[in-house]
Amino acid sequence: MSRRAETLLALAGAALVVGLAYAVPWLRFVLTIALAKGLAVLGILLLLRAGQVSFGHALYLALAAYAVAFGTAVVPEALLLVPAAGLLAGLVGLVIGLFVVRYREIFFGMLNLALSMVFYSVLEKFYAITHGADGIRLGPVTFLGLPLAGETAEWTVLGLALVLVLGFGALVRVALASPWGEALAGIKTRETRLDFMGVSPRRVLLIAYVASAVMAGCGGALIALTTRHVTPALAYWTTSGELVFIAILGGAGSVLGPFLGAAAYELTRVYAAALVANAWQAVLGIVLLCVIVFAPGGLWGLIARRRRAA
Amino acid sequence: MSWFAENGLLVGLALLDGLSYAAAVFMVAVGLNLVFGVMRVLNVAHGSLYAIGGYAAASLGLFVASLGAPPWAGLPVLLAAAVLVGALLGPLIERLLLRRMQDQEPVLQLLVTFALFMILEDLQKLAFGVQPVVFDAPLKWLGTVDVPFGADAIPFTAYQLYVLPGVALATLAILAVVLRYTLVGRMVVAVTVDREAARAMGIDAAKVTLLTFTAGAALAALGGALAAPTVSLVPGVGASTIVLSFAVVATAGLGQIEGAAVAALLIGLGRSFAVYVAPEFEVVVPYAIMVTVLLFRPQGLFGVAETRRI
Repeated sequence: MSRRAETLLALAGAALVVGLAYAVPWLRFVLTIALAKGLAVLGILLLLRAGQVSFGHALYLALAAYAVAFGTAVVPEALLLVPAAGLLAGLVGLVIGLFVVRYREIFFGMLNLALSMVFYSVLEKFYAITHGADGIRLGPVTFLGLPLAGETAEWTVLGLALVLVLGFGALVRVALASPWGEALAGIKTRETRLDFMGVSPRRVLLIAYVASAVMAGCGGALIALTTRHVTPALAYWTTSGELVFIAILGGAGSVLGPFLGAAAYELTRVYAAALVANAWQAVLGIVLLCVIVFAPGGLWGLIARRRRAA
Repeated sequence: MSWFAENGLLVGLALLDGLSYAAAVFMVAVGLNLVFGVMRVLNVAHGSLYAIGGYAAASLGLFVASLGAPPWAGLPVLLAAAVLVGALLGPLIERLLLRRMQDQEPVLQLLVTFALFMILEDLQKLAFGVQPVVFDAPLKWLGTVDVPFGADAIPFTAYQLYVLPGVALATLAILAVVLRYTLVGRMVVAVTVDREAARAMGIDAAKVTLLTFTAGAALAALGGALAAPTVSLVPGVGASTIVLSFAVVATAGLGQIEGAAVAALLIGLGRSFAVYVAPEFEVVVPYAIMVTVLLFRPQGLFGVAETRRI
């Protein structure tokens, strides 16, 4: 799909989100969470391009969410908290990345999983600081110095999410079309060939890894601002699995895929939880199976195929 | 020396605990490892099979006991439950799901097992409820043994001292003999090493896969059934087991049976020492061991580095 068509679709999607959030007030929360998760999934998409699956990106999500929760006590300004949390996630991602980009496939996945589980247990066990499984509530937050509460807060966080999503989406779209993006895909096809051309696959993957950590961090910060309560469950491996799930559901073929997937995922979850309260997870599992079996390109793949046919 | 005089008993207890824990972990991890070798898919749903095996054993045990069966009947019931779960679910999952996916991308295959995990997790809650299930008849029937340790004696349940490690050792011995000296075992090894070449030699790879997956499922269920008398079963037990067996498999190196035993022992002992020395780090220790091992041996303790292809 051409860059222009994708830009138009992205803007139409953003308008649709605002319209829906205006028309159906309870959707505001769901859509903000979907955008935040989609942002984290955008990072997963970068790694998927290189053929690597991280079962541990919940680490960055939770790290940033907790950073925001603790940060509200010091600086309540949302415009400072979100970038700071993203930066922190990026720095931790750089340190961990230097280590994990030496590994591929299941070792890469497992190391990420292991580190996120370590963080999960730290959050859960150090009750004195993190309040364990109870989690912690965010303090009052301001936006440009104005206190955020009620409906204004919901709209502000949604707006912030949209700005971040459009910004990062455009950035990733440009980056993937650059030589770096081609090299990233080369890691999946045959890494040794990159070596032979004088390109360092590790450095290429490290950049993708740090970028994915930053995006997961921004997503986590937005989640914290939306739910106003953070728990260790954010760092559990099933949350990481959820991110990979959304990436496949939306389709790895376009930067719009993650957001399409996240919206579909959150809406399915809300409705499944309302209809079959005890089996919403099973419903999601069945949806995932159907997508993989009947539409391996994800929801985006379905749209792209239809456009090609037309 | 004075520390040891004071804490010697604790060390002994940690050793015994670690041994019995390692036995249960080994049963799950070795099945996961076998299945990965043959299918090249890390089966996320493997932990659910462990949980279902545990629940099935406990329910069946409680049912048999309610009929007035003698207390020794608990042990064969545990075995029967595991075989039942393995023989029913193993072929079902392999035939209906994984076989259809084998030509798909590895990421999608992994996600299929994740979807299966989500479905099984809810089915298990629907079938066995969310209340903790306790079935400790075999544990009580076998009583406790005084294990001599230096000048003292440590009372320890005979079940955890003999049955758990005994079954694990027997499993290890049987697997080692079968894989090395029988035709079926050598076929499994052949498919693990090179599926294409094995098929060219006339090996029915599909049949071998079905057989291995069923055996792996039964081993996971057996691990759950054996652990059932020593723990109370709660929802989420599958999710925490699978990440632990991932750690064992990655530490051992892929496709290593004896390696899985060594890694299970390392991680089991490490965890139980952590329980006594620094309980906050109980969950962290397995991953710390895994990360340390992978830092120095990226292919795992006993894994063989793959040759790079251009």
